[in-house]
Amino acid sequence: MSETLLEINSVTKTFGGFTALSNVSTEVLSGERFGLIGPNGSGKTTLINCISGLLQNDGGKIIFDGHQLDGMPAYKRTATGITRTFQIPRPFHTMTIMDNLKIPVEFVSKPGATQTEIADEAMHILETMGMAEKANQETAGLTQIELRKLELARAIAAKPKLLISDEAMAGLTGTEVDEVLEILIKFNEQGMTIIMIEHIMRAVMQFSHRVICLDAGELIAEGVPEEIVKDEGVERAYLGV
Amino acid sequence: MIGRYKFEIGCILVLALAFLATQAEFNRFYYFAGFAILQYVMIATAWNILGGYGGYINFGTAGFLGVGSYVAIGLIEWGDAAIVWQVVAAAVVAGLLGLFIGYFTLRLKGVYFAIATLALAIVLETIVNNWDFVGGAAGISILPPRKPELLGILIVDRKGDGIFSNSKEFLFFLMAAMAIFSVWVARTVERGKLGRGLNAIKDNEEAAECMGVPTLRLKLIATTLSGALMGAAGGIFPSYMTFVDPPTAFNLEFAVNSLAMPMIGGTFTWLGPVVGAVLLGTVQQIAIVTISSELNLLILGVLLVIFVTVAPHGIVGWFMKKNK
Repeated sequence: MSETLLEINSVTKTFGGFTALSNVSTEVLSGERFGLIGPNGSGKTTLINCISGLLQNDGGKIIFDGHQLDGMPAYKRTATGITRTFQIPRPFHTMTIMDNLKIPVEFVSKPGATQTEIADEAMHILETMGMAEKANQETAGLTQIELRKLELARAIAAKPKLLISDEAMAGLTGTEVDEVLEILIKFNEQGMTIIMIEHIMRAVMQFSHRVICLDAGELIAEGVPEEIVKDEGVERAYLGV
Repeated sequence: MIGRYKFEIGCILVLALAFLATQAEFNRFYYFAGFAILQYVMIATAWNILGGYGGYINFGTAGFLGVGSYVAIGLIEWGDAAIVWQVVAAAVVAGLLGLFIGYFTLRLKGVYFAIATLALAIVLETIVNNWDFVGGAAGISILPPRKPELLGILIVDRKGDGIFSNSKEFLFFLMAAMAIFSVWVARTVERGKLGRGLNAIKDNEEAAECMGVPTLRLKLIATTLSGALMGAAGGIFPSYMTFVDPPTAFNLEFAVNSLAMPMIGGTFTWLGPVVGAVLLGTVQQIAIVTISSELNLLILGVLLVIFVTVAPHGIVGWFMKKNK
């Protein structure tokens, strides 16, 4: 049994009178492929915002790899080994693809390295993502799948222990979904723990070792994919019956 | 080898040229116009560190300049401080002001940040208006020292024993040196980790933060640097003008020019504000003499509209695209 990498302990987040997360507790094991599902507005993105530091949780504790994350700004959390992608890709749009990747390499994974070393590292990641020939292209003309891959590549460039992928596959075709899955599984096999938020059930069920389901800010189910799809609460949350 | 230091050699050449110009005894107006243009090179360059690289539109340029001017005036009134100390103190105070304002306003984005900085300029002007020690609303006259010395060397002497024959020429040269220094600072920022981090912030601040960029710290460094350079440009102003009142020192024209010049020249590189300031500054100086000083802002507005629509990346961006 591998050890706990991320511990989420009764995390609560409110926006004014609205409770977006209430007492959510779970843990992610080192090396795990962890699925996070739930209907729209159930708090998935809020939870990962609290983990990545874009939001601060109001109650509870988040412990990652021995670091207590509460109150820590997002950039420091990235330095401890958490990176994330965004649901709607947020490339650095005035830079080339290469320069996009150089940012996390320079600021996180290889601080103090020379420009040549940084460029080599960024190029290496682009190669593993099959995007090397686009290195000097601007981000403006990219297709959906390319934008998603850039978003992943940039997160991976920070050499995270934990990668949080926020709907990296939304809007992609079947074969493109497989392409992204393949990339994620490849990096997982190299030791990267991955949390995947996804609406595409096929993908998240095929990918995950373990899945949790949120509904209206509460954790309603936790288990292996086969159990989750049969869970009555999950069914009710999704179908509203 | 020479190629690598092209920029530094260029800086020294421009400085040498500025020095030769002071020895040539041109018509006084040329020094005046040159001083104004060089001051704008410095202001536009300073503005661009935060506005161009970091994407935060500062509308409070006049505030930083005014603070610089009035720090210098305060020092003259208090103890006849030498011009070098006036400029250094102006830079330090305006830099601290930048740090302070940055800390409180950088949570604001886009137009809200711009409004907050504009408010800063107005608040500061109101304070100075009511502060009699530095002249209050009536303004104050400054008498430049007749024979200033620096490190034992006579700088200005009318009879020709000093390096410069009058203080306007000396201040013109000092302004040139300061402008070149600020361009060097901007270029160093642009080519370093700070500049790359600021660019990421400009493109997407949350993504930058999640990619490990310490956004608040970099923004504070940028506001401090930008404020300090603006303050220094203001610090030299009273000695040159010899009369300063709040509407001059806190002139909104500084704010408009400081953002129009980089935008017209190109905000993504150090060369942009320089090109914009030289071009626009020259046009304005010509307009002041030949047409009217009121026409200035109209010319500026028209040029800004044209450039934003035709060449959104400024003159430098337009030429770089052509060469691709």
